[in-house]
Amino acid sequence: MASTAKFWREQAARYNLEGTRCLTCGSFFFPPRAICPRCRRKGEIVPYRFKGTGEVITYTTVHQAPRNLNRQIPYTLAIIRLDEGTQLLSEVICDPEEIHTGMRVRAVFRKLGEEGERGIIYYGTKFVPILQT
Amino acid sequence: MTGIVSYGVYVPSYRIRVEDIANQWGEDPEVIKSGLMVEKKSVPDLDEDTATMSVEAARTAILRANINPEYIGAIYVGSESHPYAVKPTATIVGAAIGASNSFTAADFEFACKAGTAAIQTCIGLVALKKIKYGLAIGADVAQASPGDALEYTAGAGSAAYIIGDENVIAEIDDFTSFTSDTPDFWRRDLQKYPSHGGRFTGEPAYFRHIISATKDLMAKTGLKPTDFDYAVFHQPNGKFPLKAAKSLGFDAEQLKPGLIVTHIGNTYSASSLIGLAAVLDHALPGQRILMTSFGSGAGSDSFAITVTDAIETVRDRDKGPRVEDFLTRIKYVDYAGYAKHLSKIRM
Repeated sequence: MASTAKFWREQAARYNLEGTRCLTCGSFFFPPRAICPRCRRKGEIVPYRFKGTGEVITYTTVHQAPRNLNRQIPYTLAIIRLDEGTQLLSEVICDPEEIHTGMRVRAVFRKLGEEGERGIIYYGTKFVPILQT
Repeated sequence: MTGIVSYGVYVPSYRIRVEDIANQWGEDPEVIKSGLMVEKKSVPDLDEDTATMSVEAARTAILRANINPEYIGAIYVGSESHPYAVKPTATIVGAAIGASNSFTAADFEFACKAGTAAIQTCIGLVALKKIKYGLAIGADVAQASPGDALEYTAGAGSAAYIIGDENVIAEIDDFTSFTSDTPDFWRRDLQKYPSHGGRFTGEPAYFRHIISATKDLMAKTGLKPTDFDYAVFHQPNGKFPLKAAKSLGFDAEQLKPGLIVTHIGNTYSASSLIGLAAVLDHALPGQRILMTSFGSGAGSDSFAITVTDAIETVRDRDKGPRVEDFLTRIKYVDYAGYAKHLSKIRM
């Protein structure tokens, strides 16, 4: 897991999906970019908070996890396309047999990890299926 | 008048049945279930704690009333299971809801009534015009030692209330408190699980404080039990609130809409606040609600609340689940799974 200071610097992105948007070409970026790769110096980058909804593009179920995530196996990681268009990698909290390509998901606030019993607890965004009512 | 502007709740989706716990310890499940009037209790996911549940409830409250979180001037989180001994849960909530940095914050602890103490503090700040909105949260991953009687009921959940004086959905007409030094339940520093005084938690603790605070409220306001459409009392089990209600002159019909302990267990600091939310999910404008919390140690806060015409504006299901939605979307774990989820197994 990242150092305490590094995680603190990334807190807004991890807690609230705060990325950036280029007003020149309309592209969205997550994690946030300081420069638009398409518009370069013509780009105008502004902060943007993503709505937190999207769909699963592809996924994999993890059965052999790093030591600090051993308790959580099996868990599912997915590439999610946010509704604004950009993609990110996140855990989707559901039974492994429940997930499927195209599944609608929404962001939730969960523990991402912790630095042992004495260290910092890392919080941030994971995703859950949007239940059809 | 100062009151509730919005509210939100969160209950984890996992449950363990009372019979699974009873079978583990060689007890008779039917005796336990009928004695406590609890069928199952909520269990947090492996990556859920008091901070994550507080954030989920707070986000729902903000979304429901379309509140600008930058106008929240105070955040207080009441719990006896804060993730850190030193590092406020309220700071994590503030960052995760997009509050500005210009808010005061603290974590409260008063066993199961820290959430209502947080509401009282917010009422004071709002009434004094020191803040526009105050966010008061009661949340807990309730702690209970394996094999202890508390284990049958100790659940997990959270409730968040935004207190303000504009567009209130329910006016808080008045409140009273009754507090004494009563050692019915405690947890010493660095201890993982609480201890309690067994039957001593009943008459001198729960009933004395609930009944005294509620009687004080009725004397102060001139209201009587028949003036209220609903009554919500702290719910350590199903029997205690029924008995307290009866002795105060309330009937089961007033109590039933807010009695959710049967389905999720005792969520400690969130218990009476989730009960109040279950009532607000269905209450009509003009209806009157009595809510009395209880925290061991011991104290009770009693509130007289009147629902306003604005209640319908925050009940859009697309903006946040109702309490009843958390009662149906559930997954069961057995005792081993429950022990794993609550880190009762040391690895």
